[in-house]
Amino acid sequence: MRRFEALVLPHAESAYRLAKSLTRQTDAAEDVVHDAYVRALSGFSGFRGADARVWLLTIVRHRAYDWLNARSQRNHAPLRLAAADGDDEGDIADWADPDQETPEQALIRSGEAAALRAAIACLPPRLREVLVLREMEDMSYREIAEVTSAPVGSVMSRLARARERLAEVWLRRQTLEVSRP
Amino acid sequence: MMGCGHDIALIHALMDQELDAVHAARAEEAIAGCAQCTAERDRLLALRAALQALASEDGVSARLRARLAAVVTPHAEARLRRRRDQRWVFACGGAMVGAAACAAMILLVPGLAPERPLTDELVADHVRSLQVGHLTDVATSDQHVVKPWFNGKLDFAPPVIELREKGFPLVGGRLDYVNHRAVAAIVYRRALHTINLFVCPARGGGGSHEQVLSADGYTLRHWQASGLNFWAVSDVNPDDLARFEALVRAG
Repeated sequence: MRRFEALVLPHAESAYRLAKSLTRQTDAAEDVVHDAYVRALSGFSGFRGADARVWLLTIVRHRAYDWLNARSQRNHAPLRLAAADGDDEGDIADWADPDQETPEQALIRSGEAAALRAAIACLPPRLREVLVLREMEDMSYREIAEVTSAPVGSVMSRLARARERLAEVWLRRQTLEVSRP
Repeated sequence: MMGCGHDIALIHALMDQELDAVHAARAEEAIAGCAQCTAERDRLLALRAALQALASEDGVSARLRARLAAVVTPHAEARLRRRRDQRWVFACGGAMVGAAACAAMILLVPGLAPERPLTDELVADHVRSLQVGHLTDVATSDQHVVKPWFNGKLDFAPPVIELREKGFPLVGGRLDYVNHRAVAAIVYRRALHTINLFVCPARGGGGSHEQVLSADGYTLRHWQASGLNFWAVSDVNPDDLARFEALVRAG
């Protein structure tokens, strides 16, 4: 138990950031993290991996997708945890999300941080998660591949696409700011 | 491919530290020689800086922290209870068989050795310090800032030395509470690992009391010098921590 406290508890921030970026809601993210910790604790005796953070974030990701699926289940096909390659854009839930803003709406919101946050929220979950794991959690491609159960090649292409889209939105916003009277 | 004919994936791999030294040097050279690549890299780095600034805003709320603690706590409480029970049994046993047997038990039963709870506490403090935002109260690599920061907060002056050139950069300092008293926690790094150096005045005899212990994958080194108690706690490999102790003692 002390080992669980020592290995897993320190990664609460990372767990929360991933859950928050996927669910986009504070309450849901907290529930997801709590749930993930309960499961992590019950499965801890089976944990033999070298990296507790990778292990925990994999569990958090599963719980977050469960939550997303439960929410969109009424009307839509479930979001699969592992998409076939090149299929990232096809998630129905990405486009049918009632909370989701369009990039334009995001642009109108004031404040650079808010706009960037909204721009991230506009990305499909599969692009969002690689971006968050890479830029905020400083994970290597290999670690991200492990957490998202995707090949390293997919991690790289998703990351490139996520950055490209985000940079685009961000740039458009800056152009708007400049052209404002 | 970008308009300049260079591979954009290379820029990503470089800024993600996914290239080995040789390829990284080559990529840096290629990027420096191309205005378009340089602009792309700068754009990506600016984006990264903005994302990391966002990350630091998303802290774990006190509410969630409490919920997570509750996931673990029932067990923690049971452990404390167990420890108290052991002591109680130990006290009774002592009363029955006498003081001499009692002293022998302290030596024979490692679980009851007086150091044990303290090392637990130190490891727990170390682990707690690793949670974002808890590591340092004063975050600076300048020893001339860290040392005076402790003035007035403690009734002793912990030595603060910079060991960056020796491979242990100083990260900052923090007040911590160990063994019912305020102690200085001086924080160093070794690559990606954190070392907490806890310092407080040595009570009682000055005899050099040295210890190396390991618990839960962490190593603890304890020594005394100049009337102060030192505990270094980290998950670095034990040899590195031994070197760290040698450097601090020499400093």
